[in-house]
Amino acid sequence: MSHAIQQVFAGVGVSAGRVIGPVLRMPDPIAAPADGAPLPPGASVETETQRLADAAAQVAAQLKERAAHATGNAQAVLKATALMAADRSLLKSATKLVASGTCAESAIWEAADAVATQLTALGGYMAERATDVLDVRARIVATLRGVPAPGIPDANEPFVLAAVDLAPADTATLDPAKVLALVTSDGGPQSHTAIIARSLGLPAIVAAGQSTELADGDLVFVDGIDGRVVRNPGSAEIALATAYASREQVPEFSGTGELADGHLVPLLANVGSGSDAQAAAAAGAQGVGLLRTEFCFLNRDKEPSHEEQVEAYGAVFEAFAGAKVVVRTLDAGADKPLPFLTDASEPNPALGVRGYRTDGATPGVLARQLAAIAQAAADHEAEVWVMAPMISTPAEAANFAQLATEAGLRTTGVMIEVPSAALLAEPILGTCDFVSIGTNDLTQYTMAADRQLGALAELNDPWQPAVLQLVAASCRGAQNAGGKPVGVCGEAAADPALAVVLVGLGVATLSMNKRALAPVAAVLRTINLSRARSLAERALAAPSAVEARALVRAELPELERYGL
Amino acid sequence: MAERIATIGSRVGLHARPAAIFAEAASEQPLEVTIALEGEPAEDALDASSILSLMGLGAEYGTKVVLRAEGEGAEAVLDTLAAVLETDHDTE
Repeated sequence: MSHAIQQVFAGVGVSAGRVIGPVLRMPDPIAAPADGAPLPPGASVETETQRLADAAAQVAAQLKERAAHATGNAQAVLKATALMAADRSLLKSATKLVASGTCAESAIWEAADAVATQLTALGGYMAERATDVLDVRARIVATLRGVPAPGIPDANEPFVLAAVDLAPADTATLDPAKVLALVTSDGGPQSHTAIIARSLGLPAIVAAGQSTELADGDLVFVDGIDGRVVRNPGSAEIALATAYASREQVPEFSGTGELADGHLVPLLANVGSGSDAQAAAAAGAQGVGLLRTEFCFLNRDKEPSHEEQVEAYGAVFEAFAGAKVVVRTLDAGADKPLPFLTDASEPNPALGVRGYRTDGATPGVLARQLAAIAQAAADHEAEVWVMAPMISTPAEAANFAQLATEAGLRTTGVMIEVPSAALLAEPILGTCDFVSIGTNDLTQYTMAADRQLGALAELNDPWQPAVLQLVAASCRGAQNAGGKPVGVCGEAAADPALAVVLVGLGVATLSMNKRALAPVAAVLRTINLSRARSLAERALAAPSAVEARALVRAELPELERYGL
Repeated sequence: MAERIATIGSRVGLHARPAAIFAEAASEQPLEVTIALEGEPAEDALDASSILSLMGLGAEYGTKVVLRAEGEGAEAVLDTLAAVLETDHDTE
């Protein structure tokens, strides 16, 4: 290993940390076999039937074995999928196809398709289980072909996972005890991979285009701070990884976000369910800065009932009695389609009818949601604020504020994700009480760069001075509107260095994944407001995102100390 | 042919977990057992040991289903399986 040639792959670091470990690649997805392909040469119906039965039995045994090592919900899911792999009626219908001269791969593919279609038609929870059937099918076909099973590899030793990009579904099977770091060739700083990595606290690098060259077993150094992967690390990398491993523990969050001079910056949590909210409250979050209400709606073919919504929102309010909870109304569309609300055929869904805009095309859903929020707020002690996503004009903000007020909600606001809303923060705040900046979308719209595209990762960076200028413009607008509060609830708030800049620009509250609370609090505590302001000025004037980030980081020694 | 009508006791319906428990119990029986929604013809009944068939029934809490088996000990087998269906496996 020590004589091997060292090779560096550059990418974008999206989650801090420095580790060394062996690579395992995410296998390619299983390609569909040809429809009704014939028996392979030399095979008989009997041998092919046996081959299929053996493959299914092997997959069932593997899943059963994994279930034995899992616990709780994961175990139940694995047990159920093991039974699906050995399912007699599935095998029977596939065997019938083999008997009519179809090869095992095509037969199981078609038979499982019929089952999945049936489950999808049942809707709701059963429709989600269709994914499990398709996963089992892919595993059986992989076994028949003699290729690795799809999905996150299962290994006994911890490894660095290399992939093209990760899908939201992969999170369920990603075991943070086994995965040391993530490296993807595609994906940007706001991609699912980045979000998963930050929520699990795993070092991660995205958009490392050349990382497709990494092979199973390669030893690599992953530097999520500087955004590089080094194949065959040497003594310098080993020293960095060792230093990171012995980094000082970030002190626990005290429950009060403040600067060195006592200037208060409440640190809130982004949550997406009642259990999320409980975990965030336990981590010391001072409230919820972003309640994503999609959890109540996703994977549904019709709108949830009033009672269901009241219960779901109430579970979150209950965890934060007496504290602020900012509820974002349904943000459907683009990467979160909903059959009863959004049009899947839009050519450019990120610029389409999404967020607040769906109320124009399908009125009623929003008003009913606001009524449910108001009811849940009345049932609980939390201080409930509501805001609408994807607002572009003061008129939209005024309409939303009126709808929310009619529902009986007192504090109304809007998100700033569209550059027009940042530029018009002052008139927008003439119609409502607060704004919250969603930096992920604000960045994608300011830079005209799709947040899922790895090739545009450099543009899709919230450190871009143009994005910071729009944050500054929003804060100036809010100041002119009588000093109304500006929050940030995008991924930018979770970056401790960027959090300093945001506070310097005039942001009042920061909302983030609960994991980021302690590191952000630890760094904010080391600077005073005038210094945050001067760092913000310098970041605004920087010629590029890379330079803005570098010059601010250089002034914050705590980042190095805590390995952030 | 022995028959038994059972009411689904799991509050989530025949979801993956309750279905897995029942399919396993059915496959441990010495006889082949079928399951159908109440009122559906016997020839459309499905293999009770197939988790996918069970889930495909779309049976919810309170849904009545018909279990059928033939042969020696059929009554006892159906008693055992009906009891599994009528238990709420979601609370365990």
